[in-house]
Amino acid sequence: MPGVDAPARAYPWTALWVLALAGGLAMALAVAVGSVPLGAADLWAVFTGGGNELQRDLIWSLRAPRALAAFATGGLLALAGALMQVLLRNPLADPYVLGLSGGAAVGALGAMLLGAGAMLVSGSAFAGALLSTLLVFGLARGSGSWTPTRLLLTGVVVAAGWGAVITFLLTMSPTERLPGMLYWLMGDLAHARHPGWAWLVLVIAVAAMLPMGRSLNVLARGPLQAAALGVAVRPLETSVYVLASLVTAVAVTTAGSVGFVGLIVPHLLRLVLGNDQRLILPASALAGGTLLTLADTLARILLAPQQLPVGVITALLGVPVFLFLLYRSR
Amino acid sequence: MSVLETRELIIDVPGRVSGRALSLRIEPGQRWGILGPNGAGKTTLLHTLAGLRAPRSGQVLLDGKPLSQWRRRQVAQRLAVVFQERQDGFPATVLETALIGRHPFLPPWRMETAADLEQARNALRLLDLSHLEQRLVSTLSGGERQRLALATALAQQPALWLADEPTNHLDLHHQVAVMRLLAQQSQQGAGLCLCLHDLNLAARWCDRALLLYPDGELCHGPADAMLIPEALERLYRQSLIVTEVNGTRVFLPG
Repeated sequence: MPGVDAPARAYPWTALWVLALAGGLAMALAVAVGSVPLGAADLWAVFTGGGNELQRDLIWSLRAPRALAAFATGGLLALAGALMQVLLRNPLADPYVLGLSGGAAVGALGAMLLGAGAMLVSGSAFAGALLSTLLVFGLARGSGSWTPTRLLLTGVVVAAGWGAVITFLLTMSPTERLPGMLYWLMGDLAHARHPGWAWLVLVIAVAAMLPMGRSLNVLARGPLQAAALGVAVRPLETSVYVLASLVTAVAVTTAGSVGFVGLIVPHLLRLVLGNDQRLILPASALAGGTLLTLADTLARILLAPQQLPVGVITALLGVPVFLFLLYRSR
Repeated sequence: MSVLETRELIIDVPGRVSGRALSLRIEPGQRWGILGPNGAGKTTLLHTLAGLRAPRSGQVLLDGKPLSQWRRRQVAQRLAVVFQERQDGFPATVLETALIGRHPFLPPWRMETAADLEQARNALRLLDLSHLEQRLVSTLSGGERQRLALATALAQQPALWLADEPTNHLDLHHQVAVMRLLAQQSQQGAGLCLCLHDLNLAARWCDRALLLYPDGELCHGPADAMLIPEALERLYRQSLIVTEVNGTRVFLPG
């Protein structure tokens, strides 16, 4: 028979190209607007090596690193959200549901309380995130059975514990340190200067997850059905858990705990593009990056020269959108 | 053709003493019916045979090699399981659901080919679901979902079917259609292992029977010899009326 081996379901590149284009436009917007607006001609000049010193400095040291960090962080959070939703087979799961951001926050705030510098705060946040991950994983696995409900419950309770510690740390802190701490808790990209790591992790994570996409589609139908269809369920679940945690930890370390990107973006995409994880995972990375880049641009200019934490914008956008989705889904 | 074999197998039913060990071979083309009252361990046995659940002791062998030494993917290329209960994770269409039966045959990077799509569509056609191809699974009736589960297994083209109450939720016409389809599969060389509650379906379509008692006792053999009123009345603790229609035994609760 002719054409029997032709791919019957072509990979949906179109959707990804559209999202990539939107991401590019969002990045261009992010470097163009601000206290000193730059036109398309200025941008072109700077990108081709021209422009005056102020313009070059503005773009290469301030706006471009921040836009890149925002995109990578948003991409990481949305990817982690999409993964967690499949892993827990729960549409309400987000990257923070397992207490990871709480652990990171305790690490970061503790370091701030001790007067540590930015590097140490980041390192401490990362350590706190990993500690929380190991704690939840170990406790949920304890007796050998590992159901999504058990993992979810363990995570939520651990998160509540971190919440109490966070409140305690805030209460104990001297007044002059509080604004920095609150900004960190709401998510803030003002201090994100080194987006390289976040980008590296994002690219590697998407590339590592793509070949597992079809297995994740099968896993979404329950572990027994997945095992019967040849999926090695336990190793797959473990790698998804580890990867989603690592990705979230990098995002939280870059920008603090930015809410709602991980919950909203995968859901919006599922409504439009369907449920094939082979498409949803890379699409989440692109759309999450675009959303956070735009939100951070808004956070910079809405009350300029005052900057808002980007978490305020994502939450203000996220809460009504999510409630609308939930209302409509009934 | 694959052969599934158990050696001194004792399934792990929580809170039950071990009972009798099971040693049997499911050969190509054989049609086994597993019968027993609620809670006798039919589903547990089926899951153990599929390697989805560890036995308390003993072994399950596929083509002479212990199931635990096969990769899951290789097992799934030979053996299809139809579950009694199903979860709908995220919304999916009927065609997408049938297509996941091709999952064990596709390498990670490959999208489904035209041949896979053809097999999935063919399975849907044989189970009278073609007209529902683009419907969401969550909108189907119980019987339609049951047929979809069978279609997914059919798309897997298994050498061995492990089906937990394949006629569950089906109307009379579809019960017969499904049993006829499974019988065709066995004529083409597939082994069948079906948990059944309907004695009449078992008597009409199965050539071997395995009776599981709630206390862990069991016996198996040719269907003619096993499906006799004395054994079945003891199995279900229910008196039976037995008659014969067109050469097939018919059982009615007495």
